[in-house]
Amino acid sequence: MSTRLATHGRLLDKSRPLTFTFNGKSFKGVEGDTLASALLANDQMMIGRSFKYHRPRGLVASGAEEPNGLVNMGEGGKFEPNQRVTTTELFDGLTCKSQNHWPSLDYDIGAINNHMARFMPAGFYYKTFMFPRFAWKHVFEPVIRMSAGLGNAPKDRDADTYEHFYAFVDVLVIGGGVAGLQAAKAAGDAGAKVLLIEQTAHWGGRAAVDGGTVDGVPVQAFIDATIDALDAMPNVQMRHRMMGAGVYDHGYVLGYERLTDHAPKTAGPRHRLWRICAAQTITATGALERGLSFAGNDIPGVLLASAVRDYAVNFGVSVGDRTVVVTNNDDAYRTAISLKEAGLDVPVILDARPTGGGALADAARALGIRVENGKAIASVQGGKRVTGVAICDQAGEGAVLEEIRCDCVAMSGGWSPVVHLWSHCGGKLNWDDDAVHFRPDPDRPPTGAKGEAFVITAGNASGEMDLHSVLQDADKAGKSAAKASGHAPTRTAAPTGESAPEAVMMAIWLMPHGAPIKLRAKSWLDYQNDVKVSDIQLAAQEGYESVEHAKRYTTLGMATDQGKLSNINGLATLANALDAEIPQVGTTTFRPPYTPISMGAIGGEARGDIFQPIRRTPMQGWHEANNGDFEPVGHWRRVFCYPKADETREQAAHREVLATRASLGLLDASTLGKIIVKGPDAGKFLDMLYTNMMSTLKPGRCRYGLMCSENGFLMDDGVVARIDDDTFLCHTTTGGAERIHAHMEEWLQTEWWDWQVYAANVTEQYAQIAVVGPNARKLLQKLTDEDVSNDAFSFMGWSDLTLGHIKARVFRISFSGELSYEIAVSASQGRALWDRLLVAGKEFGVTPYGTEALHIMRAEKGFIMIGDETDGTVIPQDLGLNWAISKKKTDYLGKRAQQRSHMADPDRWKLVGLKTLDGGTLPDGAYIVGEGVNANGQRRVIGRVTSTYHSPTLGYGIAFALLLHGPDRMGEVVNVAMIDDVDVPAQVCDLVFFDKDGEKQNV
Amino acid sequence: MKRYSVFAIAREAARYHSGWSRAWKSPVPQKKYDVVIIGAGGHGLATAFYLGKNFGITNVAIIEKGWLGGGNTGRNTTIIRSNYLQDPSAAIYEKARSLYETMSQDLNYNVMFSPRGVMMLAQTEHEVRGYKRTAHANALQGVSTEFISADRVKELAPIINISGPRYPVLGALWQERGGTARHDAVAWGYARACSDMGMDILQKCEVTGVRSIGGKVVGVDTTKGAIDCEKLAIVVAGNSGDIARMAGFRLPMESVALQALVSEPIKPALDVVVMANTVHGYMSQSDKGEMVIGGGTDAYNNYTQRGGFHHIEETVRALVETFPMISRLKMLRQWGGIVDVTGDRSPIIGTTPLGNCFINCGWGTGGFKSIPGGGWATAELIAKGTPGPLCAEFGLNRFTEGRFIDESVAAGVAH
Repeated sequence: MSTRLATHGRLLDKSRPLTFTFNGKSFKGVEGDTLASALLANDQMMIGRSFKYHRPRGLVASGAEEPNGLVNMGEGGKFEPNQRVTTTELFDGLTCKSQNHWPSLDYDIGAINNHMARFMPAGFYYKTFMFPRFAWKHVFEPVIRMSAGLGNAPKDRDADTYEHFYAFVDVLVIGGGVAGLQAAKAAGDAGAKVLLIEQTAHWGGRAAVDGGTVDGVPVQAFIDATIDALDAMPNVQMRHRMMGAGVYDHGYVLGYERLTDHAPKTAGPRHRLWRICAAQTITATGALERGLSFAGNDIPGVLLASAVRDYAVNFGVSVGDRTVVVTNNDDAYRTAISLKEAGLDVPVILDARPTGGGALADAARALGIRVENGKAIASVQGGKRVTGVAICDQAGEGAVLEEIRCDCVAMSGGWSPVVHLWSHCGGKLNWDDDAVHFRPDPDRPPTGAKGEAFVITAGNASGEMDLHSVLQDADKAGKSAAKASGHAPTRTAAPTGESAPEAVMMAIWLMPHGAPIKLRAKSWLDYQNDVKVSDIQLAAQEGYESVEHAKRYTTLGMATDQGKLSNINGLATLANALDAEIPQVGTTTFRPPYTPISMGAIGGEARGDIFQPIRRTPMQGWHEANNGDFEPVGHWRRVFCYPKADETREQAAHREVLATRASLGLLDASTLGKIIVKGPDAGKFLDMLYTNMMSTLKPGRCRYGLMCSENGFLMDDGVVARIDDDTFLCHTTTGGAERIHAHMEEWLQTEWWDWQVYAANVTEQYAQIAVVGPNARKLLQKLTDEDVSNDAFSFMGWSDLTLGHIKARVFRISFSGELSYEIAVSASQGRALWDRLLVAGKEFGVTPYGTEALHIMRAEKGFIMIGDETDGTVIPQDLGLNWAISKKKTDYLGKRAQQRSHMADPDRWKLVGLKTLDGGTLPDGAYIVGEGVNANGQRRVIGRVTSTYHSPTLGYGIAFALLLHGPDRMGEVVNVAMIDDVDVPAQVCDLVFFDKDGEKQNV
Repeated sequence: MKRYSVFAIAREAARYHSGWSRAWKSPVPQKKYDVVIIGAGGHGLATAFYLGKNFGITNVAIIEKGWLGGGNTGRNTTIIRSNYLQDPSAAIYEKARSLYETMSQDLNYNVMFSPRGVMMLAQTEHEVRGYKRTAHANALQGVSTEFISADRVKELAPIINISGPRYPVLGALWQERGGTARHDAVAWGYARACSDMGMDILQKCEVTGVRSIGGKVVGVDTTKGAIDCEKLAIVVAGNSGDIARMAGFRLPMESVALQALVSEPIKPALDVVVMANTVHGYMSQSDKGEMVIGGGTDAYNNYTQRGGFHHIEETVRALVETFPMISRLKMLRQWGGIVDVTGDRSPIIGTTPLGNCFINCGWGTGGFKSIPGGGWATAELIAKGTPGPLCAEFGLNRFTEGRFIDESVAAGVAH
């Protein structure tokens, strides 16, 4: 059984007991435990069920590579599925439940899959479930979906918060083991600004578990001294519980800091996402141990040798009472020795190498441990827990020589450098035949914009595996990074490490070497996704030869550990099956993040009200206080209408239209884009930008203009006012302000860079209010002494006026067909003016109106709206706006495009008005159909409705439509198609439904 | 070819599956083929399949520089829908969607087409009008869609927050027979069928040059030697510009990265595909249990098959707002593919300046869902030498004539 040892536990504070629950059962742990070590200390070996066959699963590892130990953790708004127990620090009151089983962990219906495993090899689902056709969606898929998935779906809204940080450093060191510490020290000594991050809560990594000395003192003393030295350096910042998640182009690195996962009652954000710009990044990410492929290697109780050692040394937990060690390298002997020293039984060490191990093997033998060279595990016995192993010759086919009772198997297949971060941004790897792993090729690093390398590896991550070379390599990395970021390194020598010498390892990809299919079909590679040696071999047999094909066909490495444990063994198995070399088969692509990171952290602070920036006009407070019904328009929220008690939105908008047309309306038009275009070439520039002539506009006057894309399509419209010879003010649509400003800049910066023009977006610098209706002038006159009569201030003119004490620029323009002034004042005075207009307008029954009333009034007057009449496929000529296209200009953006054959085609749909015969209102987006059918046998479409409203002014429905030969069809009745209903007839009419002669506007 | 079935699996189980044959052969290139297709992605393989199936042309090589299905076919978010606005788009995407319905049976390979329904959320008044228009257009095009209410949205996808403070859901365009399929299986199923018809799929074979004489292609140079052909088809998505340059012409197209990501797998929580174009993100749940998430394309041209993290951030932020429960899920993996984007966001399928050279490209973010339709149309184009009705509007000449098929108005950014 697994239990807590009386001695050991270097990371524990045994004086601080903690309680937690697993599947409702109360367990005890101590401060310093991981959830994994605490579960083991309570003899909870089995933690979950595998993905495909629902086999019992126990811990395999002690760190980020753990594929099995995943639990549903927490409750309510703090619930989280798939929490990895090996990287979860225990806290008091933690609650968790095992996953992927029904009804319980011990008795799982899904385990029937295990008995069917023979019928469910890799990719079996591509070969069946095809008949009958409907059954996939209605029968097979729902069953598969229920059986698949791991943790439960969170139900409640996340109770935690998240935040983003930014950091700019010379040298980022990822990994706080001895390599990272030394690299950070070397870079810090050189004066570089250093950020050192470590994913766990502890500095020093594995070194203290593995032992050895540095400069003659125990490695732990070296670690402590180095931390003190780094702490004292003002140019070095250290963060633990922070993982390097991804490396991106240009030296952009993502850091993932877990602030309160270990102490959920602490106030503040749960996770912090760091966006780090580092001149140089050192990856001191260590190495991960690989398992061995033998039959039954997935039975709970079979763990990585290093994990068994970690649990004993770090957490004072014995995984088993009797541990068989099986290995192809010397390092696993350290586990046997640790266990023996902790008073535990190691019945045998099976060393697959015919010649066995070196000094560590001798040390093991000296402790009285039986060591068998050239031997292997034929199979592991047990169901939900290891009960023993059958031993065979590695060179044979699995003939059992002996059976040994044990409750734990510690396996080691060698170590693989963690090359993920090196590889994210294009760093390349070499296969090292001696060390049997892929290691970074320093000659092919990730490179920046100038071709310079920006990632350096250090220590194990470089493929340096013994303490001395780790320290040497890390020191060099730190100095190189400092130098590359402009800091001269010191000449101090790197520390000297001493550790037990190791004999050469041997590549063992299958145990025993000649294992027959019966054993291979029980030899696991990917524990979570249930991928076995036989599956990879089947993929190769069926032609899925590319490593990516094999991965996707078998799902190898697609589990939540992303193949940290299984990939190298898997691709070696594939290489053997293909009779190819491992480097020829290659690896799959390493993608961020290194381990999964929370979506909450990625989203950061941006949620709810501040999901996106809200842009507020100076009058927003009044709108909110007066029941404004808002609609989002870009980042603005514009008032759709101001409903009074019991009014629907439609009724409110209609009331607002009628009140405005009868007397006086007020619109907050502040969101309209305002761009100042200034310079000696401003007129020339605007002549290119707009279809009509702007350079001839006189100061003091306004002109309506159209802007087209290079492809000739109408992209925006608005009124341009000439302020003085050099200065124009261009109004754009609300949604268009940023886009049009960027459009201007693009042309100015890339094509007409030598023109003397500046464009500035001043949208938010001004508040703008439209004063609209027959009494608009009376209201304006109340506020100013200056003459605003039609003679003094005519239509399409503008004037600087003082309204009370407020300086204003007033444009006499109209989008409603009424007498109308748009008053622009500095944003800070917008609310004051609005309030003053409301007071002064009281005698005229002033009515604030929203966007819907604006839309209705413009439609009644036949004015187009960008986004309604246009959709990126419409040219001004389609809309009957030829009058706004200059014939005199030799060029403007879109002119050439508009001459292309299809653009000049007389069969293009043209804009007309539509009236239903019964006065009803047409639906949005409806199409007009003609006689006959098209090439596909469908009804022939001859037009579509672009805008449609009930006109309160006229008392019937009005619409605009783009219609084939529209202007030639005046008076004709056309059919508008309804969805699942009979066509509605409508009569083609003029666009201007109201006050065709402009008698209301031009008074 | 050994037929796949539950009985075949049972038979093979008895002998530990030792009898399964290769899904596709690994042939040595011939000197010459009737048709050479560059690109063994979904569209290239589907083109080959329908050349054989519909026209009996089987002396075909499909040349692939990497591994078959390894480009955008194996990198997308597997969404299939045909609720497009413009008639030519709706026609070809609906053809594709309808072929997906029977693809597993047609190929004897389970591609797991799952018509679970696709909804596109309307979160502004403008979007409501736009999707209502699309619903009207689809009704006339014979594509079954409907505009549904916010309450119905909530019923179909209970994990959506329909009343968020910034962009409350106002309704959605719903295509009940849209859905997802297993992307790799589509490539593998076509490859197996093509190989079975005697076609050669040449993997790890990179085209290094296109040889032509007098305005006609005579063959291609590859890393496995020269290969002659009577007709050539270029079906290489993001690398179309490169191959076109080798052939001596240019394309009105840009290559940009499109990124996607998946969460860790959880038990079923979302049965439909949801696209939220106002906030720029879309999400579905795979059969494996992962939330499959995508967003818009990166804003700069790129060939690296990875992209900037800020885009992932924007997408995740949008989806955390739309589906608050995913805040406590974890991102497992992010990746990128290179999509080929034309000026009007519609594909190019047609003839080229070289008489016997044809092109299928420019699918942008819509490549996966159109695979069978694109292949069907391209096969017809190659066999007959002139475009058939499905792709008549998608020729290169539309750019010189100004005859755009602009979908951006309806699709926003996402596919």
